[in-house]
Formats: sequence, C-alpha cells, structure tokens
Amino acid sequence: MSITQLLFWFLTALALGSALMVIFSKNPVHSILWLITTFFAISGHYILLNAQFLAIVNIIVYAGAIMVLFLFVVMLMNLNASATPLKKKWLRFAGVISGGCLLLVLTAALKDTDIMRQELMMKTGDIGLIHNLGTVLFKEYVLPFEISSVLFLSAMVGAVVIGKKE
Amino acid sequence: MNLLALDGAFVLEKLILIAVVISISLVVAMYATYVERKFAGFIQDRHGPNRAGPFGLLQPLADGLKLFFKEEIIPNNSNKLLFVLGPCLAMLTAMMTSAIIPWGGTVELFGQQVSLQIADINIGILYVFGVVSMGVYGMMIGGWASNNKFSLMAALRGASQAISYELAMGLSLIALLMLTGSLSLKTITEQQVTGLWNIVYQPVGFLIFFVCALAECNRAPFDLPEAESELNMGYHQEYSSMKLGFFLFAEYINMFISCAIIATLFFGGYDIPFVDESTWSGGAAAIGGVLALMTKTFILILVFMWIRWTLPRFRYDQLMNLGWKGLIPLALLNMVATGAVILLTMKQA
Repeated sequence: MSITQLLFWFLTALALGSALMVIFSKNPVHSILWLITTFFAISGHYILLNAQFLAIVNIIVYAGAIMVLFLFVVMLMNLNASATPLKKKWLRFAGVISGGCLLLVLTAALKDTDIMRQELMMKTGDIGLIHNLGTVLFKEYVLPFEISSVLFLSAMVGAVVIGKKE
Repeated sequence: MNLLALDGAFVLEKLILIAVVISISLVVAMYATYVERKFAGFIQDRHGPNRAGPFGLLQPLADGLKLFFKEEIIPNNSNKLLFVLGPCLAMLTAMMTSAIIPWGGTVELFGQQVSLQIADINIGILYVFGVVSMGVYGMMIGGWASNNKFSLMAALRGASQAISYELAMGLSLIALLMLTGSLSLKTITEQQVTGLWNIVYQPVGFLIFFVCALAECNRAPFDLPEAESELNMGYHQEYSSMKLGFFLFAEYINMFISCAIIATLFFGGYDIPFVDESTWSGGAAAIGGVLALMTKTFILILVFMWIRWTLPRFRYDQLMNLGWKGLIPLALLNMVATGAVILLTMKQA
C-alpha cells in the first residue's frame, strides 16, 4: 500500500469516526470538538487531491470561524445532557425521514464516482491550486460568484438590522 | 499521480529542520521572558532580574524549574480531559506557524541542496491564517473546562478579540498580496531580496498588520483576556504548574513567530539590507540571511515589549471600536487604493 493510500484510509476512518462521535457525544462541547476533527479530516482529503486552497479555506471558515461561534453559544448557554429535553416523537420521525432523503441523494451522487475518478486521474494534479481556481472562478463562473457575494452582503446587512433591534 | 513521493533523506532532512526550528523557538521564547523583564526594568528605572547567574541570565531556567516542580492541580469540577487539552492546543498552534517561514536561502550539506524552510507551500499566508484561527481554541477550551466564570469570561473576551482582529489582519494582507501576486512566503521574500522591501509599498498595511498582531498575541495594550483587575487573573486562572507555564510560554512563542512573519512579509525576510549577497558563496549567504532575519525579528520583539511597557490597557469597548470601526475601514480603503494604483500603473505600461 502506498503512503497516499494509507493516508486516505486513515483520514476516511478519522472523518467517519469523528462524525459519528459528533452524534453520540452526550456533551455538546465534545460534539463541537469532534466536528472540528471531522473538518480537519476532510481538509486532509482535499490535500490528498492537491486542492490546497480548498483545504485551507475549509479550515479557516468552518473550523476557525463557524465552529468558534458554535462554541461561544454552547459555552454561554451552558448546555449539558440533563438540560436538553427529549425531542417529541413526530420530530424524531421527521428527522429519520429527512436524514434518509439525504442518504438517498448522496448514494445517487456516489453512483457516478467511477467516472469522476477517471476524470480526476487524467488531470495533471494541480487543478485545485489557487492560480487555476482563481482563473476558473473569475472567468467561467464570474456571474454566479458575484451574485453569491451580493447574497452574502444582504445576509450581513440583515444580521446588522436584527442586531440593532432592541 | 506521484504527489507524495517521499524518500528517506528527505524525511530525515525535514525532521532535523523541524527539531532545530522548534528548539530555537523554545529558547527564544524562554529568553524573551528574561529580556522582557530586563527591558521593563530599564523603562521603569530599576534593575530587573539580577540574582540567578551573571546579569540574571539563568533566571528563565530558574522560572522553568519552579513551574515544573509546582503542584499540579486539576480542579474537581472541571472537565478533566479538556482541561489538559487546552494548554496542549495553545502550545501546538503556537508552534505550527513556524513551518512555513523561510529562515534563510539554501545551503549545500553532504552534496544536497537543503532549503532552510520546512515547507514551501503554495498557500503560505493562508496557512498562517488557518493556524491563527485555530489559536483561539486553546484559550477557549482551557477557559471553559476550568468551570470558573472568570476563566470563561476571559476566554470569551480573548476569542472575540481574536476573531475581530483576524478580519482586519486579512484585509491588510490582501493589499500586500495584490502587489506580490503570490501567497508563498518564499516567493514574497525573493521578490524583496531583488527589489525594495514591502514596507515601502505598504506602510498602512504594515501598521494595520502590526496592531492586529499585537491583538492576536494578547499583548498589551490588547491583553484584555488577562486583565487582572477585572478578571482576577484571566483564562488560565485555575491552571498551575507547567500547564500554566504552557499558556504563558505559548504567548511568547506566538510573539516570536508573529515578529518573524512581519519581518518576512514587510522587512525583506532573510535579505541583508544594503548588501548584495548574491555575490557571496552559498553557505555564507545562507548564514548571513538567517542572522539578518533573526536581527529583524528581535528588533520587532523589542518594539512589542516597548509598547507593552509604554501604553496602558484598552477598555473593552475601545478595543472593539478600534477593530471594527477603525482598522477594518482603514484596511478596506488601503485595499481599494492599492488596487487603483496597480490598475493605473498597469495601463501605462
């Protein structure tokens, strides 16, 4: 087994294991820490694909910013296992159905991976580097990119407006 | 696809380099505590530590030994695992940034070209940001796991301060990146060796980055997470022995590394000023380069200390106002101005 394969299996086990621990941990703070581990494992996968930019942005945005805010909220509310009431039965049922739908979509997407992998192998391996990514983003996908930035701006304005309301 | 072709010599070379860089960072951090106290003594017109060894030079060793032999206390109502994890994370994130700093050029050892940089990655500066954004976890987890409201408040203060100043830091660097056109610290340094230092092009960017670095390192006047008069002691209130030592030590390592990064980004890195080192032989140029970078770093560390013993601490609302209403708009303005200048000069050419 080559070192790339070893790393792949290690990261896969880490990602799946810590994702399961997010659900099974009793303490919400532990859940968040496991979620951070999951993000790191996924970033590791990106690095294996030589998509360094995606890997580091995943860490900066998700593990660095969003998870800190999660941690803020959980720490300030001082949540623990005894404080959270058990969810209602219909809610749990709805959760199972929506989770199943997600699984269906993911399986359908995974069906095509054989073709996808062949495509990836044909590329030279630097498709994920920042230079190529920037060129694609600002040439082929410039309109969706700009529209999503407007979306972010409106979300920011909305957050400020909500924050201002007493 | 041979992305991860490793051979034994390469692994050995990198391992030795990592060990050397980490030990140098530790020694520098250790003696930074001594220099800080001596410098404070100088500014406040007193002697500073002068008992252990000549000129008190053994003082850091004595402090370290004292911390090691103190009683290890883990509070009963704390979250034991996270309580230990906090200082570990603080130390780890402090060390990780050193991996991408180019400490010097290349030297030839045993017939091999050895670059004095652990990893020259394509996304150098973003890696720094990734590690910096991780840096808050050590403090937050440590503060929360202590199960003490003062620790928790200090940790939240520290984390919100770090998040706020990260933004202005990133924006100030975008202007710099527009000029250099590369995220790799090696390339940025090489550009400065042949051309002018980046501080000439980006004085405002440097100022913003410097202030943000002070805030990120929790140094005075931004040391609100350690405001004794308001928080008893800070996020490390419940810590004792070497776990406390790790938190304090990580702060000094952070200071050393961030000064090295400032020197690399704005002051030419391992470039020796007013000297054309390309005519020197490889080894001499590399050693001179390392010495030049170290000198620049030490001067910046002294400036950090000078600021600490000169300025009083900010109030919390002043800190947030400066970050959000002062530095971020200024950084945005700097970015727009830089972009405009680049556009105009490109048209002329």
